[in-house]
Amino acid sequence: MQKKEFVRIANGQGFWGDSILGPVRLVNEGPLDYLTLDYLAEVTMSILQKQRSRDPRKGYATDFVAMIDRILPKIVEKNVKVIANAGGVNPLACKDAVLAVLKKHGVTGVKVAVIEGDDVLGRLDELAAKGEVLANMDTGAPLATIRDRVTSANVYIGAFPVAEALAQGAQIVIAGRLTDPGLVLGPLVHEFGWKEGQWDLLAAGTMAGHIVECGAQCTGGNYTDWKSVPDLARVGYPIVECKADGTFTVTKHEGTGGLVNVSTVSHQLVYEMGDPQNYITPDCIADFTSIRLKQDGKDRVHCSGVKGKPATPTYKVSASYEDGFKALGQLTISGPDALAKAKLCAEIVWKRLESDGFHYAPEERLVEFVGANVCHAGIDVAGGGEPSEVVLRMGVKGPDEAKVDRFGMELVPLVTSGPPGVTGFAGGRPKAAEIISYWPALVKKELVSTKVSVFGS
Amino acid sequence: MTKVQLSRIACARSGDKGEGSNVGVIARSDAAYAFLKERLTADVVKQHMRAINFGGVKRYEADNLRALNFILLDSLGGGGSASLKTDAQGKTHGLAVLRLELDVPQSVLDATPNA
Repeated sequence: MQKKEFVRIANGQGFWGDSILGPVRLVNEGPLDYLTLDYLAEVTMSILQKQRSRDPRKGYATDFVAMIDRILPKIVEKNVKVIANAGGVNPLACKDAVLAVLKKHGVTGVKVAVIEGDDVLGRLDELAAKGEVLANMDTGAPLATIRDRVTSANVYIGAFPVAEALAQGAQIVIAGRLTDPGLVLGPLVHEFGWKEGQWDLLAAGTMAGHIVECGAQCTGGNYTDWKSVPDLARVGYPIVECKADGTFTVTKHEGTGGLVNVSTVSHQLVYEMGDPQNYITPDCIADFTSIRLKQDGKDRVHCSGVKGKPATPTYKVSASYEDGFKALGQLTISGPDALAKAKLCAEIVWKRLESDGFHYAPEERLVEFVGANVCHAGIDVAGGGEPSEVVLRMGVKGPDEAKVDRFGMELVPLVTSGPPGVTGFAGGRPKAAEIISYWPALVKKELVSTKVSVFGS
Repeated sequence: MTKVQLSRIACARSGDKGEGSNVGVIARSDAAYAFLKERLTADVVKQHMRAINFGGVKRYEADNLRALNFILLDSLGGGGSASLKTDAQGKTHGLAVLRLELDVPQSVLDATPNA
């Protein structure tokens, strides 16, 4: 196969809930080799696990299937390959749904690959027996302390299984807990034959992936100087043009809205960066202090110089567990004296609950006066003063579901038994909802293996 | 020296990192970066964010990006789905840091274009 000079990889989905217009426009508005899509956040896996326990055909990102239905004719016509971690905790069911879409469109000859092996929920006791404590990376506590409440456990897998799937001719690759940067590094490993040990190259692909993994966040979205960003309504989703030597250019399709410059790319580089010299993925450790950014024409930033270090001997495990209950509700309080009345309302709620025998510790309850500087509490905000109205937002949490529910019953009565001007109540009483907490841990790589299967349409 | 908000000489982006937030501050010029590297310490950020962050603050440097990266270790009310806060992911913490008022030398302001 003739090696391409560069490969164009786009991200069309920064998280589950991102706009479907991202991927739809990417496949329609310009050239593209690969479309990557990220659907998974830590808590998502737990929700999907719950869906699967109720229905064995569920547990994946259904939005992905609807999106494939919409873009299929275009990706077939342009031979765009699609890589997504939409499989959640049931990538095989996701594959079945995608194959049904292919059939509906009468498309044949498109191969769909599934990557399995990341889901270790059913293997936790086996891993424990093999000496894996799965200690919480933040607190050091062993997983055994919450073992009976674990609702999902997935290993973050890297780019190599993606490359393996592409090598087998897959046009659509469906994975579970694949890392976000791995979505982009996978095709680069496949196209350029990058190997373990080529740490600088793997780090370069990882950083390209990190830059685009949150969709429009590197093309003008969530940008400090938002007034300088043209046409955010039609913001172009990011594309990296990657070369075999590890250099790449961040850009977007011509004629789309948004902005790509050294500053927008830097904004995304620092996002969730942690220690810049040690950005750890399953594939390598990337050094964010090594990348050099240079404006290379309108909406083009050239990136070079990336250094990497050897991958660690462990995979990160993302487990989730049931951690009690919470309830949140809100009311709108108009002026005059909006803030004073909102404060009175909050006081009334706690007093009434206490008079009925329900006490909530300070760390188990929250009151916010939205509109009176909630986000930047304690910081002098110019223009502050009496707001014309505020949203009173109250919540409680704790291990006792009934106690959390009891709180929800005392918010609405304020409309008739509080100060005047209390409104905006809709959606019924706040109900106790489960809190799902996140448990990060490490597991030895040799205890986890991935499997790639390819299916035809 | 002129008193200005940090936003005059820097940009920022923030998001969650476990039970804390990650606030990246990017200087608008080399002169601003040199000044901030000296002046915008972890302690300064900790003090400024004291009503939001109840843990320590760690600072990392990335000279190539003219960036200082701050980890606010306990700023999300528990983080993830356990948080009751409106900004449970620290999305607005970057803008909060940019409201910091600083005495900035005229030479730094002259060398730093406005947004």
